[in-house]
Amino acid sequence: MTRLLPLPILLPLIAAALSILTGRSRRVQRIIALTTLTANVAASVAILVAVDTEGTKAIQAGGWPAPIGISLVADRLSALLLVVATSMLLAVLVYAIGQPGAERNHVGFQSVYLLLAAGVSAAFLTGDLFNLFVAIEMMLTASYVLITLGGRLDQVRAGMTYVVISLLASTLFMATLAYVYAATGTMNMADLSQKVPELPVGTRTALAVMMLVVFGIKAALVPLHFWLPDAYPTAPSPVTAIFAGLLTKVGIYAIVRTQTLLFDPGDLPLGLLLVVAAVTMVVGVVGAIAQHDVRRILSFSIVGQIGYMIVGVGLFDLAGMTAVILSLVHHIVVKTALFLTGGLIEHHGGSTRLERLGGMMRTAPVIAVLFLVPALALSGVPPLSGFPAKFTMMAASVTRDEWWILAVMIVVSVLTLISMMKIWVNVFWAPATEGDGVPPSRDKWSAGPALMVVPTALLVTATIMIGVFAGPISGMAERAAADLLDTNSYVDAVVNSEGVG
Amino acid sequence: MSIVLAATAAALFGVGTYLVLQRKLSRVIIGLGLLTHGANVLMITAGRRGDAPLIDPDDPRSASQFADPLPQALALTAIVISFGVTALLLALAYRSWLLSSDDEIHDIASSDEGAAAAEAIHLETTQAAHAAVAAEIAAAALDKAAELAEAADAGADADDDGGGGAHEGPEAPR
Repeated sequence: MTRLLPLPILLPLIAAALSILTGRSRRVQRIIALTTLTANVAASVAILVAVDTEGTKAIQAGGWPAPIGISLVADRLSALLLVVATSMLLAVLVYAIGQPGAERNHVGFQSVYLLLAAGVSAAFLTGDLFNLFVAIEMMLTASYVLITLGGRLDQVRAGMTYVVISLLASTLFMATLAYVYAATGTMNMADLSQKVPELPVGTRTALAVMMLVVFGIKAALVPLHFWLPDAYPTAPSPVTAIFAGLLTKVGIYAIVRTQTLLFDPGDLPLGLLLVVAAVTMVVGVVGAIAQHDVRRILSFSIVGQIGYMIVGVGLFDLAGMTAVILSLVHHIVVKTALFLTGGLIEHHGGSTRLERLGGMMRTAPVIAVLFLVPALALSGVPPLSGFPAKFTMMAASVTRDEWWILAVMIVVSVLTLISMMKIWVNVFWAPATEGDGVPPSRDKWSAGPALMVVPTALLVTATIMIGVFAGPISGMAERAAADLLDTNSYVDAVVNSEGVG
Repeated sequence: MSIVLAATAAALFGVGTYLVLQRKLSRVIIGLGLLTHGANVLMITAGRRGDAPLIDPDDPRSASQFADPLPQALALTAIVISFGVTALLLALAYRSWLLSSDDEIHDIASSDEGAAAAEAIHLETTQAAHAAVAAEIAAAALDKAAELAEAADAGADADDDGGGGAHEGPEAPR
């Protein structure tokens, strides 16, 4: 079973190479990418089932024993996120194939997209701090290309900011790695979790805060968020959807992984973290309300939702971590679905500017439903996926007597609903504007090309399903959170793992 | 020795930070290069110093005296990564120069007017994707023609002006 672990990284890498070789035939490229990502989903599900029944799995790539070899580790958190992430990658690929635009006009799209998939899988599976750096770099380098596909001036300008910020963050990450290595002499996370507690408390805090800043830039925590709402809206909509769903979440995953595994709650300025979380929520949601463009509203609200997850890290207990995991799963699915629907709105209405859209309740009722469900889920309306996530988070803050953060979360939930309703009112209810929009002569019940609508509809169904099956999913999230807080299972799995030559 | 390395890292970080804060794109890219080198030097100082990492089986001391190879390997990986990203940045800067013929970093569309301006360009690719494809093919053909003309010009100018071909660049990244 452990031999499955390298597959989610290896398969897309091999497929990316094949995809370049078969660049002449779009059909072959598509078959390669779709088969690979389907196999990836299957492998991830198998890993999740195995890990959930038998506990954390680890493997040493290269066959060297634990602290020297390159560890790949799957615990419940990484396996769960892997399943969600690979499913999103598959759904968005189908959408991208269906959409006239990025995928059809660029030969390299498939292979770069597969590299992104490999980078995301590697970031979730690695058990080595330096390999986390490499995985994030792989993912980011692919994202640099995807975000500037097309090479329009606004894309190049926004992309430039994005690349410069990301490269700065990587440089800081490299410096942090140097400090970690100088202090402990190892890069293996299981080994680090035993060596870091021996360091003086000041050193521990310095390392913890440096990692928080580095991953905070990737995850777009306020005040390190400013690049996100400018960079994301310029890319083609499937690209934005996958970025919104996965890239910032990898940052959150890295924060959760490093802070729980390497550091004790005492090493962290947890009170400060809660303040950062509150500011992130407020800035994100207020920024979202202030925008007049579907994509920009959605991009800003990513920042707001990131704040929720950091609340759980700031609480740093079982309930808080459970809520973080639930929010991660919920948010990856919902945000991807919302951006895909944004793409449908753009396809149908020819624009994402609120003042140019209107009347789509009448001309495209299918898109209205596809938008409304994830929009309500994002704000945490009960039977949908956002409710268990937000409820667990609020309950966790109440048990810790952090009433003020509870108040902030409730206010921000309402504001999130307002920002989503701003899109709803302007795009669907407002009377149709003359001129720019597509004339409503096309078939009322077709929302766009089937390959664009079906993946979106599947993701929307998934957000409902996450809400319906909240019980089992919360159970798994709680087991995953327990794994995170009890680092012994992780360390044991790595130390006792077999090597693969 | 370690002091020298630490001072080098500090100087690289300092100069790099100064350059990254500049308005010119080329300076920002050079600044990023210096910053990544600073981080790499810092990584090298993190390891144990010593002899070249070759163990002499006859000399029992050599096993404990060789330099730690791991930070060097890590720095090498980081150099390769930053090399790749810098190359991409240069390509982007070249593209930006082709499109707007300046090297300044502009305030990007953070305001609604900016977004509206971007929207005007955006419409073309989304609303009529096929038209955009056609336009792109036409543009590529025009580029090719311009390139050929320039090459012919350069050939003609070669006698009186040796640097005539300098404007010929690789085709813009698409």
